[in-house]
Amino acid sequence: MSNIILYTILSLSALGVLAAIILYFVARKFKVYEDPRIDQVEEALPAANCGGCGFAGCRNFAEALVRHEDISAFYCPVGGNNTMSAVAKLLGKTPVENDPLVAVVRCNGAYSHRPRTNIYDGAASCAIESSLYTGESGCPFGCLGHGDCEVSCNFDALYMNPETGLPMVVDDKCTACGACVKACPRDIIELRKKNPKDRKVFVSCINQEKGAVAKKNCEVACIGCGKCVKICPFDAITLENNLAYIDPFKCRLCRKCVPECPTNAILEVNFPPRKEKNVAQETTMKVRTPENTDTDTNK
Amino acid sequence: MSVLKTFVKGGIHPPDHKLSAGKPIQNLPLPKQITVLVSQHIGAPPKLLVKRGDQVKTGQLLAESGGFVSANTHSPATGKVAKIDSAMDSSGYRKPAILIDTEETDEWEEGILTDTVLDKNIQLNGGDIIQKIMEKGLVGLGGATFPSHVKLSVPKGKTAEYLVINGVECEPYLTADHALMMEKSDEIMVGIQILMKGVGVESAIIGIENNKQDAIEKLTRLAPAYKGISIQPLKTKYPQGGEKQLIKAILNREVPPGGLPIDVGAVVFNVGTVYASYEAVQKNKPLIERIVTVTGKSVKEPANFRVRIGTPSTAVLDAAGGLPEDTGKIISGGPMMGRAIPGTEIPITKGSSGLLILRNEEAKREKIIACIRCTKCVQVCPMYLEPYLLQTLSEKDLTDRMEQERILDCVECGSCSYICPSNRPLLDYIRLGKSKVTKIIRSRKK
Repeated sequence: MSNIILYTILSLSALGVLAAIILYFVARKFKVYEDPRIDQVEEALPAANCGGCGFAGCRNFAEALVRHEDISAFYCPVGGNNTMSAVAKLLGKTPVENDPLVAVVRCNGAYSHRPRTNIYDGAASCAIESSLYTGESGCPFGCLGHGDCEVSCNFDALYMNPETGLPMVVDDKCTACGACVKACPRDIIELRKKNPKDRKVFVSCINQEKGAVAKKNCEVACIGCGKCVKICPFDAITLENNLAYIDPFKCRLCRKCVPECPTNAILEVNFPPRKEKNVAQETTMKVRTPENTDTDTNK
Repeated sequence: MSVLKTFVKGGIHPPDHKLSAGKPIQNLPLPKQITVLVSQHIGAPPKLLVKRGDQVKTGQLLAESGGFVSANTHSPATGKVAKIDSAMDSSGYRKPAILIDTEETDEWEEGILTDTVLDKNIQLNGGDIIQKIMEKGLVGLGGATFPSHVKLSVPKGKTAEYLVINGVECEPYLTADHALMMEKSDEIMVGIQILMKGVGVESAIIGIENNKQDAIEKLTRLAPAYKGISIQPLKTKYPQGGEKQLIKAILNREVPPGGLPIDVGAVVFNVGTVYASYEAVQKNKPLIERIVTVTGKSVKEPANFRVRIGTPSTAVLDAAGGLPEDTGKIISGGPMMGRAIPGTEIPITKGSSGLLILRNEEAKREKIIACIRCTKCVQVCPMYLEPYLLQTLSEKDLTDRMEQERILDCVECGSCSYICPSNRPLLDYIRLGKSKVTKIIRSRKK
């Protein structure tokens, strides 16, 4: 009995040693050299694997950072400038400094502003609905409200508001990875410069139809009147295809364009209330801002 | 009785509902204003030739073909160009359009014959026929609106053996082609001979499903008078009107994946296109009108109308007794492949084969539940695909796998969505997957 146990242990150990020796030589023969810096860089990256850098995950991005001499074209939007400078220090390369960005939803066509003229009962996906027809409202540019963006967000930073039918971005959680921008079939979401205190002034509409047509379908549509372009002291606003666009890098957040807009298509978010006489107008506008509905009721 | 031919794999048998069968084709009066979409075909958009305020004649060229795969657009009426604007097409998206204020009497463009005398004498030769068909803006009237002259021009290295004429009309409800075959049988026969000369083939076969016995009988009676034309009755099965299915049914040949009918020596045309070719070649008449079926269980008088292109859908619906109150959806085309239109002002285009009114209770889609792996979709797919798998892959965005599973072979017939006991949106997702895969393949070629 004890002999059997002894032979078993001995033969298995002998096999083990033999295998170890073979494996040792095989491993030496087929060794793949990997730059140890790749591991170090990967460790410094956020490990979100979101693809915001344009590579297939953080490991892939780390390999690219080590391989390329000039890393000015690479940027990790999730880690931001801190991560990039840490990585650059590890590799002895010069990083590029970018302004932090945040996702902004450029459609304000809530149920109350944009009447639904028909019912869509197909598959609950914006991409499918958009490929079939204009959508439940008449606006061919507006949000379809099935939440393709919400599904795409890896950071829990975007969710659909059932009251408005529009997505809402949680600025603190948004890493500007750009997944929602790609997911939206109508290109409604834009990555804009993140300002102090998350303040934003932007045209919340991408409708390029003529003013009358756009206004018929949605009361807060940009009608391309150009009033904002005239009043902007910094030349930040351009008008193209019946649509105004505020350049986030030129805009100094003076807010002069906001009361000028006849359809309230320009939104101001996270600003303190205005002191001037048009307080009444201000409050109605605040209610219309999806991002502000919560804070307004608290105040 | 011998067994009727049909395609082998897949297919479904939806209820016929050919409510407007046997009804004569009525001429629809011209409305006060028509909206002619500039581009009404697959391919490059045409270039606009008229401007606001221009006086146009019926049949005048409004927009010129913008490439080889493109087609001319002609004026369907006499009148004044009121506006060059954008108008909603059947998807609701705005596309460039020409609005024409019409006059009651037609002043035809020179050279167009408006008589209805049958002209059997084909004077043009093959090349001229293709040229004429291109000039007159002909596109496939079965619904795909692919420019006809492209199909007629057989590419080098390929030979056509047969001309296959699609008189199948496998979509439930629609009867436009049926009505045309009954009323314009002789013209269609001459049209087939024109196309045979154009393609350069000796024989043509008309495929007709056996739910249109009268059309089969009438055309079979006429066939001996026309050389090379034979009639093939087919067993009713959807989607027999698909090119690939029709070729399989009639010639028993398989079009290879990613291939065209010409790869197996066939060229397929719809009877509507055949009639339009007759008018274009023998009467010099451009494609400015088509037969539209207005139908539905709640429609007062289901009918077949000859409609000038650009007529708003409301005018056509009014002629059939108006829009019923409990309308849930208006479908442009048939119930299987047509699409719901988001408004009644949407104009008739070259591709509108019918307007189908569905009542509220018919229009609703049932609740989507989980796939039970019954494989009914696999059984009915005429293209040998696995729809349940493609749908999941599309949902999960696995484009490589989708390409491997030959998603691009899908003909979008909708048999899978029709048969699914769990009401899964199979075709919806497959279509999405197709567009993604097509995009990736295109970017690869660059």
